[in-house]
Amino acid sequence: MYLDADGGGPRMSKRLSLRIAIFIGAAVVLFAILFLRLWYLQVVSGDKYLAEAQNNRTREFRVAAPRGKVLDRNGNVLVENRTSLALQVNPAKLPEDPAERGAELSKLGALAHMSLQRVRRTMHEQLKIAAGAPVTLRHDVEHDLVYYLQENQDLFPGVAVEPVFVRRYPHGSLAAHVLGSVGEVTEEDLKERRYRNLEPGDEVGNGGVEDSYDSVLRGTPGTTRIQVNALGQPTPGGALLKQPPTPGDSLKLSIDSEVQEAGEGALAARGLPGAFVTMNVNNGQILGLGSFPTYDPTVLTKRMTQSQVNALYRDPVLAPLTNRATQGLYPTGSTFKVITAMAALNSGVSTPSTTIDDTGSIKIGEQTFQNAGGAAFGPVDLVNALRVSSDVYFYELGLKMWNTGALQHWAHLLGIGRPTGIDLPEQTDGLLPSKAWRNKLYREGETDRPWSAGDNVQLATGQGDLQTNPLQMAIAYATVANSGTVVTPHVGMEVDDSAGRVLQEIDPPPRRHVHVDPEYRAAILEGLHEAAQSPGGTSYGVFSGFPVPVAGKTGTVQRPPNPDQSWYVVLAPYPNPRIVTAVTIEQGGFGAESAAPAALQILEAYFNKHATGTSGANGGSPG
Amino acid sequence: MEVARARRARTEPFTTRPGIAERLGLPYMDAPLALSAAVLVAFSVFTLGQATSHDVPGNPNYYTDRQAIYGLLGIVGMLALTRIDYSRFRELRVGIYTFLCVSISLVFVFGFAARGSRRSFELPFFSFQPSELGKLLLVLALAGFVIDGARRGSARQRTVRYLCLGLAPAALVFLQPDLGTALVFAAVTLAVMYVGGVPWTHFAVIGAALVALISIVLVVAPALGVPLLKGYQEQRLTSFLHPSEDASDAGYQQHQGQVAIGSGQVTGRGDNATQTRLDFVPERHTDFIFAVIGERYGFIGAAFVLSLYALLLWRALRIVTLSKNSYGTLVAGGIAGMLLFQVFVNVGMNLGIMPITGIPLPLMSYGGSSVLATFLAVGVLQSIHMQARLSQRSRFAW
Repeated sequence: MYLDADGGGPRMSKRLSLRIAIFIGAAVVLFAILFLRLWYLQVVSGDKYLAEAQNNRTREFRVAAPRGKVLDRNGNVLVENRTSLALQVNPAKLPEDPAERGAELSKLGALAHMSLQRVRRTMHEQLKIAAGAPVTLRHDVEHDLVYYLQENQDLFPGVAVEPVFVRRYPHGSLAAHVLGSVGEVTEEDLKERRYRNLEPGDEVGNGGVEDSYDSVLRGTPGTTRIQVNALGQPTPGGALLKQPPTPGDSLKLSIDSEVQEAGEGALAARGLPGAFVTMNVNNGQILGLGSFPTYDPTVLTKRMTQSQVNALYRDPVLAPLTNRATQGLYPTGSTFKVITAMAALNSGVSTPSTTIDDTGSIKIGEQTFQNAGGAAFGPVDLVNALRVSSDVYFYELGLKMWNTGALQHWAHLLGIGRPTGIDLPEQTDGLLPSKAWRNKLYREGETDRPWSAGDNVQLATGQGDLQTNPLQMAIAYATVANSGTVVTPHVGMEVDDSAGRVLQEIDPPPRRHVHVDPEYRAAILEGLHEAAQSPGGTSYGVFSGFPVPVAGKTGTVQRPPNPDQSWYVVLAPYPNPRIVTAVTIEQGGFGAESAAPAALQILEAYFNKHATGTSGANGGSPG
Repeated sequence: MEVARARRARTEPFTTRPGIAERLGLPYMDAPLALSAAVLVAFSVFTLGQATSHDVPGNPNYYTDRQAIYGLLGIVGMLALTRIDYSRFRELRVGIYTFLCVSISLVFVFGFAARGSRRSFELPFFSFQPSELGKLLLVLALAGFVIDGARRGSARQRTVRYLCLGLAPAALVFLQPDLGTALVFAAVTLAVMYVGGVPWTHFAVIGAALVALISIVLVVAPALGVPLLKGYQEQRLTSFLHPSEDASDAGYQQHQGQVAIGSGQVTGRGDNATQTRLDFVPERHTDFIFAVIGERYGFIGAAFVLSLYALLLWRALRIVTLSKNSYGTLVAGGIAGMLLFQVFVNVGMNLGIMPITGIPLPLMSYGGSSVLATFLAVGVLQSIHMQARLSQRSRFAW
């Protein structure tokens, strides 16, 4: 019998012994499995699991670095940071119960003027990027909401108000187009090489120097590694490793606040769209650059109302975000005559003493080109042609060069219709009409006629298809004034560290050199000087009383059906100019009507500061 | 025979006045068995003290104090059972079996629900889980039925009878629902039947039926839209096959347990432990306490604990062979099977090679019912040992 009710013990049956032996064998095998597995996990692959455990329990949070300041050339602050109170929600500390959670979020949303749906979407989007990290619902929370939340903390578990850095513009809209703004990096941006170290949610410059000098201003975010439990909540043991953020460096601009203010003020006073540039003719430093209408970048740091959004982004006529000084596309009127003169002189078409009889009009083929206002100046040489702005004189030069390409060649050399190299992201190349350009359009059926003498005659006086902007004109004038150096315009002057020590001087090399015959230069400048400050000059009425000798040219663009566009480009002081100022005002009428007085206001501001060497601070007649 | 004589000389109780040790039956106890059980529960208290001091706010010793009391009660219970002749249980088998089934059933009526499952009664000082004690009661009763019915009916009828007797309480426990304990009941039933000599062919049939059942429960029934297991049960059972990164997933938890043990390496991380300290591993004081040991005390600590279980089991299996009668052999075999099954499934689950089934690690996992029931089971083993020694002594003495 296998089992004996009374037996057992030492007299166990053979079959039972076998079964017990198998039982023992099975136990040995099972324990062997456990020991081997334990050995494998802990001794063989312990390193791997230890690393995984370490990785498990820590979470990295980025600590945003404050962006660097932007200063003007005299150290006046143009952009700095302020701390703003951001409403943050820590998802791990919210109630676990979905109903309670929803109730809290909807209550919070009501206080922050957000719908529950928007609160949830915001949280979802940010948590997708950084799971477990606090979610920022809104920046710039009102103080009464902050107090309310502090007093009722127990009603809002997981809600906190944290200070974050926001840009501040002490001078409001001053230099808005130069400065640009700051915004969250977009997904598109992140694909670019220069943003490769960034993460979604980081801030980068949008437009202006905030954009072009982003790597200087941005700084390096710090990191805090904290120990977390399985729910991602920080645990006692706290911060394990703290790498403080490195603030961005400061950028000192070559902008002179007073010149900038004067320029913007002059444009604003006229209330018409326009732009100005004031630049050092020798090194390309920009002292002032502005566009009207402008905007206050402060609005971009806050929640915008719909009307603000519409005014900024959806007005194609006024387009306040457009920087007309670098992005404008305008014909220049008579201010182009300096370039025509350079081309004619250098290509041997004329000499400074070449005299042309200005009868008031010129007939080319079936077209008759007239002087503005129908005036007839009689025989004029170059100086006088510039002084009175004789159109016929330059029509004649344009006609002589119509098929040679000399005008286009020199305009191109002087920088018309091509990139300027300025350190601002917003710029357009413009258009320099040429035989090749028009004939190509004609072949493609885009226009009704090929290149003709009339086109070149138009170009010679800055009318017609020409498209350029104040910056390109300023560079062309500067090149003549400085005897042939095509400067690289720049608004950045110096990179300073946060303590104010100079890290880097910004001094880009010139774009190219052009041969400028001193005789030609003298004649052109003399003509411009007489135009501004001798009787009969086109802007004599504006600059006659200005104590500093200047050399300036008016320009008037016919833009039917709109009123004329006013231009003025001026070099000062004559005969060895340090600065050039180019101003244009859309629908501003004759050059002397609005652009020249605006330029005068800028020069007054500039020379007031350097009054010691000059005869006085009195601005003269505003013509 | 120097050793044998010396042992006899030491265990000559009636030649002199019996001392206190004699009255407690200490000379007849299997010392390594008692010691390994006591050291295990002591190590459990030590581990809980280090790992759970922050678990209950304001009471760092919540788990240690209770586990220590359960351990002491268990040791007292073990000593008491040692003195009782286990053969009495054979006579009480019907009563024991009835009590087993009734107590488990009463949980459905008066039970205290925790996490959607009624398993225990809420008593003044602790909640009592009848199914834990039920494991031992099933062994005692079933062994009795096997001995009793050894000559009645055909082999096939007997097998069916044992299976029904064993699986009825298992089914009750399963309905609580407590899958882990139900599986222990089933394992105990099979262990008793195995030692009881059920033919190999019957086991082969049972094995085939088991495979069919598993495939029906896990594959066919869900495919037909009739899920037999609760979602979390099925997930737990299959998750060890495909560890996942989803934190809410059972596979993730099991993987975290594996990481915890692995990160302990040879010497352990002590208080630098993170996996089991920062809630990455769930149920660290109960089902996953082995992961705590592995992370805190490393291979040295975990191997030490495993060795204690090996010692415990070796002594239990030795008692199977020593028993003076077949009832003792069956009871000891059932208890050894119960311990082996629980240790292997729990430790295997911690090591990531067995599914999560909610089976506690005997004597290590926090829990009064489990600790007490295990000590009582050890007490029954001691009783079998003592009876064997006494009968040996009488055999030699007379």
